[in-house]
Amino acid sequence: MVELVLFVILGAVAIFGALSVVFAKNPVYGAMGLMMTLFSLAVFYVMHLAHLVAAVQIIVYAGAVMTLFLFVIMLIGVDRDEDTSEKLPMQRQLVAGLGLVVVLIAGVAVVGGRFDWVRPATSTIEVNGTVQEAGLALFTDWILPFEATSLLLIIAAAGAIALAYYGPRRRDREDA
Amino acid sequence: MDFWDYAIIAVRVILAFAIPLVAVIFLVWGERKINADMTNRIGPDRAGPWGILQTVADGLKLFFKEQVTPRKVEFIMYAAAPVIALVPAFMTFLIIPWGQGFTFEIGGKVREFAFVGADLNVGVLFFLAMSSVAVYAVILAGWSSGSKYPLLGGVRGTAQAISYEAAMGLAIVAVVLFASTTSSEGGTLSLVELVERQRGTWDEVVALPGGLAWFENVLGLIPRWNILPQFIAFVIFMIAAVAETNRAPFDLVEAEQELVGGFHTEYSGFRFAMFFLAEYTNMFNMSAMAVVLFFGGWDGPTFERWLPGFFVTMLPLFWFLLKTAVVLFVYIWIRATWPRLRYDQLMTLGWKRLIPAALVWLIASTIVVSIRQFGWPWA
Repeated sequence: MVELVLFVILGAVAIFGALSVVFAKNPVYGAMGLMMTLFSLAVFYVMHLAHLVAAVQIIVYAGAVMTLFLFVIMLIGVDRDEDTSEKLPMQRQLVAGLGLVVVLIAGVAVVGGRFDWVRPATSTIEVNGTVQEAGLALFTDWILPFEATSLLLIIAAAGAIALAYYGPRRRDREDA
Repeated sequence: MDFWDYAIIAVRVILAFAIPLVAVIFLVWGERKINADMTNRIGPDRAGPWGILQTVADGLKLFFKEQVTPRKVEFIMYAAAPVIALVPAFMTFLIIPWGQGFTFEIGGKVREFAFVGADLNVGVLFFLAMSSVAVYAVILAGWSSGSKYPLLGGVRGTAQAISYEAAMGLAIVAVVLFASTTSSEGGTLSLVELVERQRGTWDEVVALPGGLAWFENVLGLIPRWNILPQFIAFVIFMIAAVAETNRAPFDLVEAEQELVGGFHTEYSGFRFAMFFLAEYTNMFNMSAMAVVLFFGGWDGPTFERWLPGFFVTMLPLFWFLLKTAVVLFVYIWIRATWPRLRYDQLMTLGWKRLIPAALVWLIASTIVVSIRQFGWPWA
């Protein structure tokens, strides 16, 4: 019962946040809408007993990624309006048509009965093992993908620094 | 779960809100008094004995003051920012254990009253999450004020928080890693469990070779707090904590001489009071967290033989508050004695000193932990 109430409220918040990302005139409000969605999702994760994922969601997405978004939005100037003129010919009609196709496919899938809703897990889940379980899985079965991902991230970070710092125009830069 | 279980949870949560609130009243007064002493002034001495009611008087004044709202603000975010500052500040203390708890019988069942708002399995991560959410108040306040100085303060706050969060996280990882070897159950992120593992003395975990056995008697006198093996992590954590709470010497977010009041320049009345309350609550939380991670939380002498039962139950709370007060004193001491860093010095300290130091310390801890766990590589 509590879960249902939480789901309805936070689901509405998540959808509102997602819509405001798309429709907000001001990018800062869009970013905050995304924050709301991320927080609602974190609570959903808690409801599914995935405490680690919820915490990581808030630390990484809300804490780091969105802070950087806001930082960038502020640095490039928040007072300028975005250019919202449409460049593609027939853009609206195209989007409407594609949307209709997606809805049609979804409708056919649901009506055709080849689509099954996800059922709640019947077995009891050990709550106190969440972090331990995730850590164990990461460092035994998934050690190679895990290490490869970390290598990829380091390469990406080093590459970003190299691009920003040693570009052709800034070769003479010696300070800092 | 019957009525009494819910009642116990409600009382715990209310206490977890009330303790930081009351502590902040004394903290603000204490800061002004200690600062005054260190700069050879008298400080507040009118409201109540030794001016102890000064904070209450200030709070009431701010509560009844007019709230001036400048015309150029983005009102929704402007009004939301103080709330966003306050919520994570009070959420953080929910997970910090402040005592041992006790069992009692009511409603025909023996129930446990734990002295913690909520014992989360991911307590350490929750703390990091809340401290990273707290920065939004600074950013949004700075941006929504529609004025130059708050915006500069907000941008500085963002950069500072991102820089020092990493060092703080790495310092905490070293502690958690070390704590994983002090119990047969492996690692934990629960703050209750981390405190539990710091009880006792060092001779219980350290096995010394034959010739040094006499030294175990000395170790038997030293409490098993993490501060001893993790002293460097403590130093890194403390520096990062001061920076995370935007306190001097890292208060570039609200540097008075440069930015008037920084991110809260355009706030007045109760909205300003909320920022103020959040800042001091964050200070209290950081100190409480330092106590939990490094100073054994509520662990301390129990005097079970001499004291009546009620005092034995309440003594851990006293030890916890005492240790937190000592850390807070260091906070205030730092503020009173160190001049503010320049912006480039702040960034250099964060990225070029603290983070590499934390990484080196983490690797060193890893080596020690793995030797303790698996033995020497050649053995």
